[in-house]
Amino acid sequence: MSGALQVGSVPERLAHNRYALDEDESHIVVDQDVVRSTGCAGVIARCCPAHVYTELPDGGLGVEYAACLECGTCLAVAPEGALSWHYPRGGFGVSFREG
Amino acid sequence: MSEPDFDVAVVGAGPAGCVTAYLLAQQGHSVVLVERGEAPGAKNLSGGVLYGRVLEQVFPDFAAAAPVERRVVRNAVTFLTSTGAVGVDLTSDRLDGNAYTVLRARFDAWLAERCEEAGVFLMPGVRVDRLLTSPSGAVTGLVAGDDELSARVVVAADGVNSFLARGLGLRPKPAQNQLAVGVKAVVSLPRETIDDRFGLVGDEGAALAMVGEATGGIGGGGFLYTNATSLSVGVVLRLDDLAASGASASDVFDRYCEHPAVQRYLRGGEVLEYGSHLVAEGGLGMLGTVATDGLVVVGDAAGLTINSGLTVRGMDLAIGSAIAAAGGIGDALDAGDTSAAGLAGYRERLMAGFVGKDLTTYAKAPAFLERPRMYRDYGPVLEDVMVRAFDLDTTPRKHLASVAWDALRTSPVGMLDLASDLWAGVRAL
Ligand SMILES: Cc1cc2nc3c(=O)[nH]c(=O)nc-3n(C[C@H](O)[C@H](O)[C@H](O)COP(=O)(O)OP(=O)(O)OC[C@H]3O[C@@H](n4cnc5c(N)ncnc54)[C@H](O)[C@@H]3O)c2cc1C
Ligand code: SF4
Repeated sequence: MSGALQVGSVPERLAHNRYALDEDESHIVVDQDVVRSTGCAGVIARCCPAHVYTELPDGGLGVEYAACLECGTCLAVAPEGALSWHYPRGGFGVSFREG
Repeated sequence: MSEPDFDVAVVGAGPAGCVTAYLLAQQGHSVVLVERGEAPGAKNLSGGVLYGRVLEQVFPDFAAAAPVERRVVRNAVTFLTSTGAVGVDLTSDRLDGNAYTVLRARFDAWLAERCEEAGVFLMPGVRVDRLLTSPSGAVTGLVAGDDELSARVVVAADGVNSFLARGLGLRPKPAQNQLAVGVKAVVSLPRETIDDRFGLVGDEGAALAMVGEATGGIGGGGFLYTNATSLSVGVVLRLDDLAASGASASDVFDRYCEHPAVQRYLRGGEVLEYGSHLVAEGGLGMLGTVATDGLVVVGDAAGLTINSGLTVRGMDLAIGSAIAAAGGIGDALDAGDTSAAGLAGYRERLMAGFVGKDLTTYAKAPAFLERPRMYRDYGPVLEDVMVRAFDLDTTPRKHLASVAWDALRTSPVGMLDLASDLWAGVRAL
């Protein structure tokens, strides 16, 4: 009960969440050409609170869609055409127990 | 034309969708409520302070019957700096019954249960993919996977991303300064520990808002709200500022939790959940078309949020818009005219009620809150004034006015800046 709150790393924090992973279909699709030509990989990776994205050495964007919290921030900061992002299919994705 | 499947199809079982569906079912209409989460509330997240007066109009006993966490009796606003914290802390009986903390996974589920009791047909775990339209462009129903469902009126209560209204071209993609991302954790602590740390008794609760160093100077703020046996802790970061700052959203959240003024409350707690969600910050400037042929837009989907800097309000506005929408839709259904003209009563009711009035009152708040001094400079100035007032180091004392003057002179805030911010502030807030 004493000591600092360990908020932990992002993956540790996410491990407390409940997810129903849609194995068949990613709800995030990246157009790597647009990402590279606009140089937006860094800003998208930084703005995602769940660390879904990584900036690749060639300027592209890596995606781990399973961790997504479905906020829509990435889509809002991405240049037109860089991401195709929609909500996961009904019943899939994150399920908050607190909210 | 064949009879539609339902009088009304509501998409999204948040507060806006649930209250709209409930009131229309009460009026005797057939209503379906479609929600993509496996259960209502499963996709929803907020800071958690519900300004409940408007919900009392729908459920007079909600404070006793609904799963609310605590009754807010203490509101504080604190400027965090790199060396401390300075703020205003209000505890008042006069706040009693004004606001309650809620956790949405439970609260929204309760609202949806009330809907089912009233005869609403609830379809959880179903994502609506797009709207059905007639050749003339009127909305006639919705499509979810292989299924189609027709209705006289569709209610887009699908939240801040507002894909349905955007898909129709009714709303543009919001500008980055009209959106903020909320990053939040729920941290469990024993009830008594929370009571002791916040100075609370029984079901009393506290809502602490923090600015300045709370977000590393990024436009937005931090919050720390008490639930029965957990704390809601998080930051809200304006997207244009976050993107320009070079900072990572999760780092800003981490640093907020580690600030001594926050850490003292979180100590020893355990993270139960970590989430994020967008907040609409555009205020009146973001409110677009709210009714078209066969469709109305309510709550966050219509951009109905007010960030006054002290409070983030959205749930109460969602409920207020739902009451206005249910009234407008009811009139349209009774009159047999669900065209844009038939549904126009919704917007009239919305703007005549507290939602429209408050949006108008706070119309200048978004622009005011974009002034960077709010987040960077005023915290240190206030801290400096207070430290100079309390730090009795045996040097001769000065009157408070000249202490304040000295603090301002040595800060990056010019007198003209201060005058301009004060003037804009009193007019915007
Ligand atoms: C960090 C943060 C802090 C906040 N703090 C506060 C606060 O303290 N007080 C306050 O009053 N407000 C606060 N708000 C704002 C508040 O959460 C929102 O304004 C409120 O939730 C809006 O309600 P709504 O019903 O319009 O939308 P939502 O609650 O977002 O509900 C939308 C619903 O639609 C569903 N949905 C979306 N798309 C589809 C689809 N295609 N098919 C089927 N279902 C779909 C979603 O799953 C969801 O259930 C905060 C928000 C955030 C992010
Ligand atoms: S929706 Fe939010 S959590 Fe998901 S990838 Fe985008 S920014 Fe990250």
